[in-house]
Amino acid sequence: MLHTIKEVFRSPKFTIGLAIFVVMLLVVFIYPLIITDDPLDIIGLGTFFEPGIYVNLYDGLESKTYVLKLEDAAANRIASKLGEQERLDIQEYLLLAGVPEEEIDIEDTEKLLELWLNNYDPTVRFPGSTSAKRKYYARLDASLDGLLSTEAAIIAVKNEETGELEEKSLVKQDDYVNVSKVANVRVLPLGTDNFGRDMLTELVSATGVSLRIGLIAGLVATSIGLTLGLLSGYIGGWVDDVIMFITNLFIVIPSFVLLVLISYSIGQEQRGASTVAIVIGFTSWVWTARAVRAQVISLRHRDHVNLSKLSGHSVAHIIIFDILPYIASYVVMAFILQISSGILAEAGLSILGLGPKTTDVPTLGLMMNWAMIYSAHIMGKWWAYFPVIVVIALISFSLNLMNTGLDQVFNPTLRD
Amino acid sequence: MPNQTEPLFKAVGLSKEFGFGRQKTLAVNQVDLALEEGEVITIVGESGSGKTTLAKMILGLISPTGGEVFFRGEPRDISTYRKKLAYWKNIQAIFQDPYSSFNIFTKIDTVLLDCIRMRGNGNLPREKKREMMAEACSFVNLKFEELTNKYPFELSGGQMQRLMIARIFLLDPKILIADEITSMIDACSRATILDMLMELRDKIGMTVVFITHDVGLAYYVSDKVYIMEHGKFVESGTPDEVILNPKGDYTKRLISDVPKIYEEWDLSTV
Repeated sequence: MLHTIKEVFRSPKFTIGLAIFVVMLLVVFIYPLIITDDPLDIIGLGTFFEPGIYVNLYDGLESKTYVLKLEDAAANRIASKLGEQERLDIQEYLLLAGVPEEEIDIEDTEKLLELWLNNYDPTVRFPGSTSAKRKYYARLDASLDGLLSTEAAIIAVKNEETGELEEKSLVKQDDYVNVSKVANVRVLPLGTDNFGRDMLTELVSATGVSLRIGLIAGLVATSIGLTLGLLSGYIGGWVDDVIMFITNLFIVIPSFVLLVLISYSIGQEQRGASTVAIVIGFTSWVWTARAVRAQVISLRHRDHVNLSKLSGHSVAHIIIFDILPYIASYVVMAFILQISSGILAEAGLSILGLGPKTTDVPTLGLMMNWAMIYSAHIMGKWWAYFPVIVVIALISFSLNLMNTGLDQVFNPTLRD
Repeated sequence: MPNQTEPLFKAVGLSKEFGFGRQKTLAVNQVDLALEEGEVITIVGESGSGKTTLAKMILGLISPTGGEVFFRGEPRDISTYRKKLAYWKNIQAIFQDPYSSFNIFTKIDTVLLDCIRMRGNGNLPREKKREMMAEACSFVNLKFEELTNKYPFELSGGQMQRLMIARIFLLDPKILIADEITSMIDACSRATILDMLMELRDKIGMTVVFITHDVGLAYYVSDKVYIMEHGKFVESGTPDEVILNPKGDYTKRLISDVPKIYEEWDLSTV
């Protein structure tokens, strides 16, 4: 027994799988201790804020300023407004406006802007230009306004009595603030989702909930499957017939359809994460039951079982001590796979909108569902769904890797 | 009370069918068998002749599809767990393959303690139980101190089969079914084990049913020999009648297949 456990930990596949899994578990347990925010808190007013460091502008203005003379500062400022694509668009407009092609040099920013200012006329409609295109040029024109100016920006406060603006401070172009000196900085490594929640906090919490769902579903499925398989395989006769009848019924009804129907009939308000997990477990025990039954049938006429009978042991004792240890490795492997398929089933259910209720806790499936409903995949907001997919894949991958590793230890013919 | 005129165990028209339809095979076909108290009988037959199936039916591990079984003159009733337990106090077995006979997750102590418990001595103090286990082990030339807390698979095949005899020593049954107990053991251990088993038989006076394909063994240990072919007893009688003067072709072939039957086969010197 001890030897087998040592063998299991010597298997590279199992250890890698376990390591990934343990790292995920650690993150799930430790992250909430550090970041204590409620994962469902809506912090962003707007949808899908990009990943990045968010610095409070007001506090930034109030902070101590440093002057840094950096040569590429102006170029960077222009490049952020006037990129490669914008330059090409300007060229296109200028050609339409009748500027000769040889006069336009899109590399020369100053000249290009001068041409633009002289030729752009928001009232002119070129044949074939759509209204979207015209609006785009209007926006571009606005953003280019004052791009080349070297003036300082004035921060003014409104005088409440006279209603006049009074200059408070100047922000020069080479003024800098130190981010660590700014009072309010929020890092959103994965941005926000469609509701404006911090994606990372939500993702960590969802991973924990999904793992719990997988664990409960796996426990339910494995215990139902194991109990039925043991009874049906060992006792045989009419007990076997009845149990196999039920099992075969569950096999011919696709379990996912059953899952959808049961989830639908429970109703959105009653569906907590645990309820969904139990429903998933209840629909996925079938293959465990069949496999356990087959193994028990091959075991029940072995000599050690006969000897145990002759030693006066009861059916329960024989099943627990003479049959179960022999199929334990298989049951553990089936359990691991059930956890992984439970997590996937929850994701599938939630994408259809039949997952746990949305006001309680996030799950990986719900996050996918939200991303899908708010068209994150169409709008290119990758941070709303891609990290979720990666986490689901990692959980599945690590559990399957552990399963393969165990299989190789318990089934020496599979060793390479 | 045992009926004096009836044999200890009697089977009439015992049959076992496997499968159904065209696949149906008759593993044991209308076998009559009677076991008297203290006798040693041998059932000889090829592989697949139904010996083991018959043994399991005698033991009550599988139920016959035809025929009746009497134990101590009364129809055998093993319908409930308690009745089975009472029956198995009287009838025990040693199986062919010692490596698969033990649960690999159970320690040797547990195996022997189960026997003590089955004899109704489960409440004895621990020292007394250890004494009994040590006695049983020393009977089969094993040292209990070396075996305690070990697993059966840590022993050699011969040691495991001796442990099986120690089990029987503790269980003290009326009938022992020895199903090819030496076929997986090397020649040296074989004689030792048979020797120990016969010594145990003399000690507790049980009936022994040897099941074997070894005609030599049948000749030298048994009071009565049954030859089994395709689920039927084709010949029976004392070893002299059956083996030295075989009548049927099958029996003749079985005997001629044995490479050599020694004129004298002294168990203690082989």
